[in-house]
Amino acid sequence: MRTRSMVFGLTILPILASLLITAVLIMLVGADPRAVFEKVWEGAFRDLRSFSQVINFWIPLTLVSMGLIVTFTAGLWNIGVEGQMGMGAVFATWGALTLQLPPLILIPVEILLAMLGGGLWAALVGILKTRLKVHEIFGGVALNALANIASIYLISGPWQPAEGGSVRATPPFPADALLPPMSPDFGVSLLALVIVGVVIVSVIVALRGTRWGLQLKATGKNARSALLLGVPTGRSAMSAFIVCGMVAGIAGGYRVLFTYGSLRPLVSGGIGFLGLLVVLLVSIRALWVPLVTFIFAAILGGSTRLKVALQLDASLAGVLQGFLVLAVLFSNGLRERWRETNPAHLSETDIKTPESLKADR
Amino acid sequence: MGLVMNIELKHIHKRFGAVHANNDINLTFATGRIVGILGENGAGKSTLMKILSGFQSMDSGEIWLDGKPVSYNGPQAAIAHGIGMLQQDPLDVGAFTVLENFIYGQPGNLSPKRKVAQQQLEKLSQRFGFELDPDMPVSQLSIGQRQQLEIVRLLALGVRTLILDEPTTGISTEQKTLLFDALRELAAKDSMTVLLVSHKLEDVIALCHEVAVLRAGRIVGSMDMPATTTELVTLMFGQELAAQPRQPINANSDDAVLALHKVQLRNKRMKIDNISLRVRAGEIIGLAGLDGSGQEMLLRACVGLEKCSRGQIDIAGRDMTGKSYREFLQTGVAFGAAGRLEEGLVAGLTLTEHIALVTSHQSFIDWNSARQHTEDQIKHYNVRGRPESRIETLSGGNQQRVLMALMPQEPVLMALEQPTRGLDVDSARWIWQQLIERRKGGTAIIFSSPDLDELVTYSDRIIVFCGGWVQEVADMENLTLDELGRMIGGEGVIQ
Repeated sequence: MRTRSMVFGLTILPILASLLITAVLIMLVGADPRAVFEKVWEGAFRDLRSFSQVINFWIPLTLVSMGLIVTFTAGLWNIGVEGQMGMGAVFATWGALTLQLPPLILIPVEILLAMLGGGLWAALVGILKTRLKVHEIFGGVALNALANIASIYLISGPWQPAEGGSVRATPPFPADALLPPMSPDFGVSLLALVIVGVVIVSVIVALRGTRWGLQLKATGKNARSALLLGVPTGRSAMSAFIVCGMVAGIAGGYRVLFTYGSLRPLVSGGIGFLGLLVVLLVSIRALWVPLVTFIFAAILGGSTRLKVALQLDASLAGVLQGFLVLAVLFSNGLRERWRETNPAHLSETDIKTPESLKADR
Repeated sequence: MGLVMNIELKHIHKRFGAVHANNDINLTFATGRIVGILGENGAGKSTLMKILSGFQSMDSGEIWLDGKPVSYNGPQAAIAHGIGMLQQDPLDVGAFTVLENFIYGQPGNLSPKRKVAQQQLEKLSQRFGFELDPDMPVSQLSIGQRQQLEIVRLLALGVRTLILDEPTTGISTEQKTLLFDALRELAAKDSMTVLLVSHKLEDVIALCHEVAVLRAGRIVGSMDMPATTTELVTLMFGQELAAQPRQPINANSDDAVLALHKVQLRNKRMKIDNISLRVRAGEIIGLAGLDGSGQEMLLRACVGLEKCSRGQIDIAGRDMTGKSYREFLQTGVAFGAAGRLEEGLVAGLTLTEHIALVTSHQSFIDWNSARQHTEDQIKHYNVRGRPESRIETLSGGNQQRVLMALMPQEPVLMALEQPTRGLDVDSARWIWQQLIERRKGGTAIIFSSPDLDELVTYSDRIIVFCGGWVQEVADMENLTLDELGRMIGGEGVIQ
């Protein structure tokens, strides 16, 4: 079917185009792009250890992206997802540093705390948006900064390590507070994988099969009409924020409870922003998320070896990412144009911010 | 006429999707004349004026100026050809001062000569008696003053034809007098052409030398002034038909379904005081008036979408004043807005999704039964579309049918803005059959319409909105379209 292959092409095209541009750039600095891609491939899939690193990046990125699918469906630009991850990490850290419980209880409690932190932070964006008419992008950016400041304060103040204060990190968490890896060779948390699976399935089912999902979709496409049809649009938006925040909170919790084993500043590591990019790239089609996040995780994980092997900076992955952003925007433009000339096949998923509720036409 | 033909519009066409906004428009405007462009909302007059002033492109057709065809893209180019338009909301920059706004559209170098411009501004303001302080920020001016600024700005740019879109909305009586004097002087002394787009017939009668009337995208007539309000209304609404016999009132109880007690409604532009109304079950109330006279505000107030600044609204005996739209919905009211895809339907959702949105009350949607239900509704309402069709791919008439299908089966009260707007005769008749069906079940209907015939045919009672006043038609039995037209035009209002 023409529509489907078109949509497929417009999803894959930006990735290919940005790979190509990056290759040209590598040649310009005098290196061999083939060698670079080989090294990246090796860096990602050389052995179980490197593959586990890819998965450890994939887990929080996929969680965040699935959360953002929910807010985007409701027409909301939840740029505050970074802060929601950060607060999830902070809340989980509090549990890890202060609670004395057997691991079987402690770990679920930590994850619930992470959800609470992220959900609360998202609820603030939601309240600003629905009650005080502060656009979610501005509210989100401000709350991102606040979350960051809060974590720096905690690290350099109340939670600083006993031996000499620093702003690097809290003391390492006790072993019982950490998520256990599946095996010494394959350092991936089974529990986290299960959670990711549950989140993916629940988000897809909720959006496709529930009244809540349909109400979100209607709110996202035309909040005014949805309201007139009896949809509680304010409540819809609020619930979308909270669900996304809770999922992002788990992702933040995962970063401290597994990846680092302590709380650090900027613990989200830009994964939230990357998640926004992923969801734009797949145009809110939830099924695509795990695959695209995997590609991202592999490229980013693999490029860490570039420096050692080729004296190229690992920020090359950042360059690739930058090109990808531009390519995605470009292909969205193309898609828009294609849609205009083919109105019969209006694309399933155009991203729109909801029209502000007008008092009167 | 012996005058130089200034502007000729030839075979102008403009389509917006399925709507033919301008359909083969041919018009000639002579210099030194003030021409009123009349027509109901959506008749295509604003589109035509935007095409002439370069704010919109046409699909086909030609514009001739002084015997030569011209083509331009954009308002700047139109101004260079001497045609300038004054928008309803003046296009000025609020943070700039009067002088800066006066200067910024002027062609020329990067360092505008403030002195020269200031002298020019003062000279022009003096000539027309406008009071414009060059150093005052535009955000502090009234709408009337911003209009004056826009006029002198366009004049300074050498405009020879001035188009004004609803210029008397939101300005004071003194400002209106000043404006009209200025326009008369420009036409008489400077031989300028003035085109006035307006709903307000008294303005047109006071100012214009001639009028051209549009209806549904076509020119349906033009006449030289003076003409009476009735003649103009007849041209605008196109009524030659005799009033049809009305159905008997089918109200089976005296209890009011809707009761307004001394309600006051206000927005930025108008205030309507002291509206009292009792609507019984099964009654149909028509709201008449020129576009934007407050009918829609009242309809929206009846369903909680508009707050009354004073007074009380009861639905089925319950005081609903100040309650939200959702609470109104729960009492069994239904609302249908004029802009179907803006307010009512969600572009991007399928018919089944719409039906599921209003009918499913469980957490999980049973898509099979929703689809089945949609198919039933499609059959019942005779919709041309499939359950999986996206709503925006349907025609206007079919969208309206879907809206009817989405409304509760037996509402207490239906408030409908222009329920047959943009529909062909068949679809319109079908919609009314449905409405009358529901009325038999005891539903009260309150609706607005620009179509006098529709109002007289279907209403048990008619309320006329005019210039901030409402008046109920006293003698429905002997109401003629002429009389209704006169009332809408503002004659016979007891003030």
